Amino acid sequence: MSAAPVLSVEGLSVTFATPRGPARAVDGVSFALRPGERLGLVGESGSGKTTTALALMRLLKPPARIESGRILLGGTDLVAAPEPALRRLRAARIALVPQGAMNALNPVLTCGAQFADMFAAHGAPGGPARIAGLLRSVGLEPGVADLYPHQLSGGMKQRVCIALAMALGPAVIVADEPTSALDVVVQKQVMTTLVRVQRELGAAIVMVGHDMGLMAQAVHRIGVMYAGRLVEIGPVRRIFAAPRHPYTRMLVESLPGFGARGVFRGIAGLPPSLVDLPPGCAFAPRCPRAEARCTRERPEARAAGADGEVRCHRAEEGDDAA
Amino acid sequence: MPLEVAGAWVEFGGGLFAGPRKAALRGVDLRLPGGEGGHILAVVGESGSGKTTLTRLLLGLLAPTRGRVLWQGRDLATLDGAARTAYRRDVQAVFQDPFGAFNPVYRIDRMLTLPALRFGLARDAAEARALAEAALETVGLRPSETLGRFPHQLSGGQRQRAMVARAVMLRPRVLVADEPVSMVDASLRATILESLWRLRHDKGMSLVYVTHDLATAYQIADSIVVMRGGEIVEAGDAETTIRAPRHPYTRDLLAALPPADPTIGWRLDDDTAHPSAKEETA
Repeated sequence: MSAAPVLSVEGLSVTFATPRGPARAVDGVSFALRPGERLGLVGESGSGKTTTALALMRLLKPPARIESGRILLGGTDLVAAPEPALRRLRAARIALVPQGAMNALNPVLTCGAQFADMFAAHGAPGGPARIAGLLRSVGLEPGVADLYPHQLSGGMKQRVCIALAMALGPAVIVADEPTSALDVVVQKQVMTTLVRVQRELGAAIVMVGHDMGLMAQAVHRIGVMYAGRLVEIGPVRRIFAAPRHPYTRMLVESLPGFGARGVFRGIAGLPPSLVDLPPGCAFAPRCPRAEARCTRERPEARAAGADGEVRCHRAEEGDDAA
Repeated sequence: MPLEVAGAWVEFGGGLFAGPRKAALRGVDLRLPGGEGGHILAVVGESGSGKTTLTRLLLGLLAPTRGRVLWQGRDLATLDGAARTAYRRDVQAVFQDPFGAFNPVYRIDRMLTLPALRFGLARDAAEARALAEAALETVGLRPSETLGRFPHQLSGGQRQRAMVARAVMLRPRVLVADEPVSMVDASLRATILESLWRLRHDKGMSLVYVTHDLATAYQIADSIVVMRGGEIVEAGDAETTIRAPRHPYTRDLLAALPPADPTIGWRLDDDTAHPSAKEETA
């Protein structure tokens, strides 16, 4: 709480132009990222988590558009920054570990050439020895620099992407489902590498994902998104032990464990269309605790425990005293 | 014994120009028990383990290089007209990549209503449409937003659910499902797995559930086989396989699963060093 945030997102809204009108994919999202912190953004398809990640990188393309809000990175508002400034900041101050490492690397360049390109673009010193050191730090042989992406396994490619993201020592790493394409054994290895590298660098991470189990292991704080809104945020242990938002609770309860078999706790219903959001709480139509007010009034953020916020009219009633 | 694989090998390559001979399956034996109640068999493995190749054998889409695939005691390769039609009706599939499974030039309607009419589940188009709508609703799809669309207009998760809806509607005796919920969100995954589990417990359907996910395998399966490198390395009832795994590979898989509980597990860093850890559960 004490340290100044490395990244502040304030009232971020992103809309997509669609034939049926503007779809609000991200709707007034605010959070602050502390130095060295790993923050997870979870949510289902269409919840706006990947759109938020791409907005942080200013990598959204039409029909997506940042409608309002600020993204403050060390005094610079990325939303207002012109493209040349963004090019200097990307990779150097805020770097992306992309979702599918499969498509993120240039297929016609060796891995070493992709590092060299990036160093050249930023006027940073980076010879073969530096590249070898980066590859070693993510558990790869220096010889990988001479290989093309198609010669690498999925896990190796994702490690190359991590090495690329850390190469210029960014303050913030945005990791968009960094291990979703990997098998579980490799996933654990890559996640361990990512966290080790992040700690060595002293960087903060915004990690986007849908796997609550992985988030439980990987992050310090979790933000839960639903229909473009950040409905709850808090320390990971509190989110799992005493979720305040009914959606968070149902999400945690829907996870399969190794307890009783044949027990299913799905969430009935579907998320609303982003083109036609209900006037009140977006989760109200599926919420077992919704009352009349929930369908009329949009809930504002309020404090939830230490270091947490929730957007729900019914949040405190009936919940564990946590 | 409705569906059985006996000593199956599947090999690729080995010709003059086809490079070294590689085996995708190496002598696999698998029996899906028959009987009244139905049975859920989970086939668990990672990429390259051969689990999808095994699926293709069970569906008759691929013939084994050596060994046999049997349907009610008869070799799939020798099924004649009527027996083959019965097999096609009784054994249905849900594919991992639902985009490859749909004909792109037909609307979603056709893949639901056509088999409903052809297999005699509906007498006319109106009945077929009603069946299709009910099936879509059981997997959390809105019929109004699904029917009338082409496959490319649906997301991967929606296409997967449409495939499950089709399988559910046709009431096969055996469903072979290859990663049927891999593109579906967690909250909905539970709902779809529940509908598959109900088909087994209420209707006696058998299911071969192919997945990389030991947790959902444990949740719905009666028995589990674990595959690696084209071989079955462990097989047993679900409870024993998870509680007392014998093969080191099964233990590795279990150890790599992230527990959905932040108080136990990986401990990726000494979290007492971090400010938010001091708050504990507030």
